[in-house]
Amino acid sequence: MIAAIPISLEVNGEHVDELVLPRLNLADFLREHLHLTGTHVGCEHGVCGACTVRVNDEIVRACLMLAVQADGGSVQTIEGLSDSGEIDDLQQAFRDRNALQCGYCTPGMLMAAQDVLKQHAEPSREQIREHLSGNYCRCTGYQAIIDAVETTARLRRERAP
Amino acid sequence: MKAAAFAYARAKSIDDALRLLAAYGDGAKVLSGGQSLMPAMNLRLISPDLVVDIGGIAELRGIAVEGDVLRIGALTRHVDLLRSPDIAINAPLLAEAVEHVAHPAIRNRGTLGGSLAHADPAAELPACMLAMDAVIVLRGEGGERRIAAFDFFKGIFQTAMSANELLVAIELPIARKNTAYFFHEFARRHGDYAIAGLAAQAVVESGVFTDLRLAFFAVSDRPVLAGVSNGLVKTPVTPALVAKACTALGLELDPQDDQQASGEMRRHLARVLLARGIAVLLGQPELASRAA
Repeated sequence: MIAAIPISLEVNGEHVDELVLPRLNLADFLREHLHLTGTHVGCEHGVCGACTVRVNDEIVRACLMLAVQADGGSVQTIEGLSDSGEIDDLQQAFRDRNALQCGYCTPGMLMAAQDVLKQHAEPSREQIREHLSGNYCRCTGYQAIIDAVETTARLRRERAP
Repeated sequence: MKAAAFAYARAKSIDDALRLLAAYGDGAKVLSGGQSLMPAMNLRLISPDLVVDIGGIAELRGIAVEGDVLRIGALTRHVDLLRSPDIAINAPLLAEAVEHVAHPAIRNRGTLGGSLAHADPAAELPACMLAMDAVIVLRGEGGERRIAAFDFFKGIFQTAMSANELLVAIELPIARKNTAYFFHEFARRHGDYAIAGLAAQAVVESGVFTDLRLAFFAVSDRPVLAGVSNGLVKTPVTPALVAKACTALGLELDPQDDQQASGEMRRHLARVLLARGIAVLLGQPELASRAA
């Protein structure tokens, strides 16, 4: 019998203590233990990007990380980014430009998009495309997503003092 | 799918990890960044009894210049390689190659040591180790062992490392003033595994190669250091000589067919890479167009 392991971490700013089995990945931990179902599970082997979350301020694949590896860390999910208002403008740009349809990829896409926007104030379309290249979307054909990210970058520059 | 059940141990030190590996033998797997191990476990291609997490071992981290050697700890992540000024200055080939490895979210977790120990023949970093003449530093319970990259890769997911050894670091000779490098790969999409790729490093003096290391990947069961470099060093490189080297390369390589490409297509792409690589390394663009 394999024993559960205690972990302590911060999720969206709240302290969490849980007991988890080693095999539990971070995506399933967030969804099933914490009921944060905004993190989607697609391929479960690191290809589709639907499970993208932030760990210690960097985006990662939650399906390629064990929950026990997040012990002591800080995790931010789409619920955290959404509730804090950090990506209000990005979400609005996605709506305005029809950059989503079924919505399955959207949480991961927003995590990756916000990451490129944090790293580059004026990203080129090529940079945006490269940064989102690990996130699959089967509905939009990507152009609208690139447009929305580009628009958000421009509006943020215009708003900046 | 989900990974099958396994026991988990967080190693506190290299010695601690080695003790765990010795106790479990082949039943144990080392978890570094997990970007190859986790997919393999989720797909149930492997089901280890014990996962030894080395992610917290501080002695496996860090990038340091020691004399004319650049030492890179096994836990150095792809993103660390991309951001490091030491890598940009002393191992620019590596910095360029890492941009082709997967995607940002993967590069934030994947490690150099993990990629080398995994030894995927289509991966970028093993080929870079060959091109840069790296030394792989292994630690076992008997002590440290150093092995040239050329002798390290043994086949698909096969290395010279035994199940109770740990890859602790790599050492690279630092790039000199007249070191030139080239990296390119052909892949279906950016970030995918290559169909064929070339990592090359050379020393160029007065327009002539005095040293040339051409490491092709995704064209064999391991990265291949091409022997055609011998005909290109210490001699003026002409379009005719490049064409001759391309023909010889086609004979030297024996790539396999798979669902991505036929062996013949890979051979063709390797020849294209060779001509482009030589042209870039020597700074003579006309060599690529006229040889092809």
